[in-house]
Amino acid sequence: MTAALAKEKDMRVKTMMDLATAALIALKTSASDADRIAAIKTVAAHGDREALAVLDQVAAASTGAVKAEADAGHAAVTTKLALWGYAQNAWYGLSLGSVLLLAAIGLAITFGVMGVINMAHGEMVMLGAYATFMTQELIRTRYPALFDYSLLIALPVAFAMTGAIGMLIERTIIRFLYGRPLETLLATFGLSLILQQLVRTIFGANNREVGAPAFMAGTTQIGGLSITYGRFWIIIFAVTVFIALQMLLRLTSFGLRIRAVTQNRRMASAIGINTNRADGLAFGLGSGVAGIAGVALSQIDNVSPNLGQSYIIDSFMVVVFGGVGNLWGTLVAAFTLGIGNKFMEPFAGAVLAKIAILVFIILFIQKRPRGLFALKGRAVEA
Amino acid sequence: MLTARLASHRRTMGAVISLVALAILVPLLLLALPESSALHVPSYLVALFGKYLCFALLAVSLDLVWGYCGILSLGHGAFFALGGYAMGMYLMRQIGTRGSYADPILPDFMVFLNMKALPVTWWGFNHFAYAMLMVLLVPGILAFVFGFLAFRSRVNGVYLSIITQAMTYALLLAFFRNDMGFGGNNGLTDFKDIVGFNVQADATRAVLFSLSALALATALVASQAIVVSKFGKVLVAIRDAESRARFVGYRVENYKLVIFTLSAMMAGIAGALYVPQVGIINPSEFQPTNSIEAVIWVAVGGRGTLVGAALGAVLVNFGKTYLTGAFPSAWLFALGALFIVVTIFMPKGILGLLDPRRRRAPPRKDAPASVEAAIDANVPVDR
Repeated sequence: MTAALAKEKDMRVKTMMDLATAALIALKTSASDADRIAAIKTVAAHGDREALAVLDQVAAASTGAVKAEADAGHAAVTTKLALWGYAQNAWYGLSLGSVLLLAAIGLAITFGVMGVINMAHGEMVMLGAYATFMTQELIRTRYPALFDYSLLIALPVAFAMTGAIGMLIERTIIRFLYGRPLETLLATFGLSLILQQLVRTIFGANNREVGAPAFMAGTTQIGGLSITYGRFWIIIFAVTVFIALQMLLRLTSFGLRIRAVTQNRRMASAIGINTNRADGLAFGLGSGVAGIAGVALSQIDNVSPNLGQSYIIDSFMVVVFGGVGNLWGTLVAAFTLGIGNKFMEPFAGAVLAKIAILVFIILFIQKRPRGLFALKGRAVEA
Repeated sequence: MLTARLASHRRTMGAVISLVALAILVPLLLLALPESSALHVPSYLVALFGKYLCFALLAVSLDLVWGYCGILSLGHGAFFALGGYAMGMYLMRQIGTRGSYADPILPDFMVFLNMKALPVTWWGFNHFAYAMLMVLLVPGILAFVFGFLAFRSRVNGVYLSIITQAMTYALLLAFFRNDMGFGGNNGLTDFKDIVGFNVQADATRAVLFSLSALALATALVASQAIVVSKFGKVLVAIRDAESRARFVGYRVENYKLVIFTLSAMMAGIAGALYVPQVGIINPSEFQPTNSIEAVIWVAVGGRGTLVGAALGAVLVNFGKTYLTGAFPSAWLFALGALFIVVTIFMPKGILGLLDPRRRRAPPRKDAPASVEAAIDANVPVDR
């Protein structure tokens, strides 16, 4: 074995053989204690589940300094594995958080500006996913060479489509209901039923297949962490969307007007901002962002008429938890809920973790009725 | 003002008299007449309309909080389902040895899940009186605790709707779990007896129908009494101008808490009457969409009219039964359109169209629903 080891060039094979030799020495009771301790150190440094099994065997079969060393190695490997476990949970949490962020951020804009809960928001996400499907079908049949860029091409398509539908909805339904937020909630719920049924009629109730481009397929291993590229790109995408929106709201005059209307509608109107127009554009923007969220979610969820429904309650939770009028609140809320959920799952189970999160938010709202980052203002009702 | 009150009083009395008449007539038409008779009511129709009456009762309970106090609860479907589960648990315990596994104590699904003993939550449900108490107490206590926390922190408007929806959703997830001990996905079904009578028998169905009609009539009388009392006036004041009512010196949160709890118990009764008539209760009754659908029944009939809410529930559900049979794919379009048309064009519902005042002075089209809504129209977030 040692001779073979000396000849071996490939690094990965070499490490494996290194480990195997060390394991053999560590288990050999006839070898000297010093050799065995050194071997145990090598095995422990490797630090995975197999190493743990070897160390268990060694500890059981030996006494004295060797046993102590094996136990110490065992403890070290356990700690290391636990840490990697936490890192993996955190990764899943980040991934879930980025999905929540994508689904909720458009809602945060419309809710922030107009104080209106758009129950059809989930359907905008769903329409975005279907826009991706249609774009990809077109590319698949006409320009197969472009397939790897299909998602990139779908982004502006989905944004334009859902944004336009959003502005249409604002013009034809929502503007008749300003000042009656509860009625708006009902009307947009009706709209969500119509949109779902419409998509079901056109595309059928079955799931539609949206392919993944090459750069989004596969997984990689970093230490004890396994990372799927699809999830990785969705996190990057969510953060990019967040930064782009922040810049749009902070650095452009359009953003300035939207923020003014959010903070004080009457004052904004008094200094010459067309609040009607700001409402329409904000609603279009919120819907458009929902549409591009749909592009990303088409990669990890079934593209079906019910796609939106599964996100709508979660999105509300994120927005209400984060507070209105501040996108940072949405970001913090999305990642807190995502990571919290994933850390609870291992010992509570997926459903119970979700219930716990819902109960937590209900209780949290009692303490801070306006969310984490409440907009400050002179208010009759605080 | 006086004429409006008289009209509302007359409406309620009219509805109550027709309900009592139905409660007497329908069993007679079902049981006394031979099947060949033209006036004979088939038993499936009795069960169907009995179901509508339960929905009407749910709608009345929702109208009390939404129409008169401005609390848009998206949790009433959950209170309804909890009442239904309490009744369902009683009915399950009545099956006894007639289940597939013939266990004298454990319902079939528990034997199937290898449960050895009856969970604490099921204790006492073999007694009808205890089960009926739970029909009131379980939704009542949940509403009380929830309302106590929410109203004291002044969670209102859309925020309240959202957290009631979160509560409903959490309950939906919880009841889907097998280890909750409430039958999981399949819920509770295969009922045999209710207080010793076969639930499938025509006579039992007729009696359940009559009971539903009488429960609805009682609820209408009680709710009418509440809304014309001083307590009811304060509720309306809270709906129209919450902060003003508070500054005048009313403890707004206590008023809201009382009406919310009462209304939840009423919804629980509706659920309890519903379950023996449809023969099943499962977690899908907790679907958040069910609660929102109940809101649209109230809106269709006319919020803040009680009788209108009941009427709306019956009409919408009749339409649902008809459309899902005749044009299955059209129902969701119709329901969706109903939501939009009613909120935009008929904010006062069907009874609003029939309102005698309308003939003299049509209401302004853009009139906001309430004083505070008018303030909100200008400053929606800055509160």
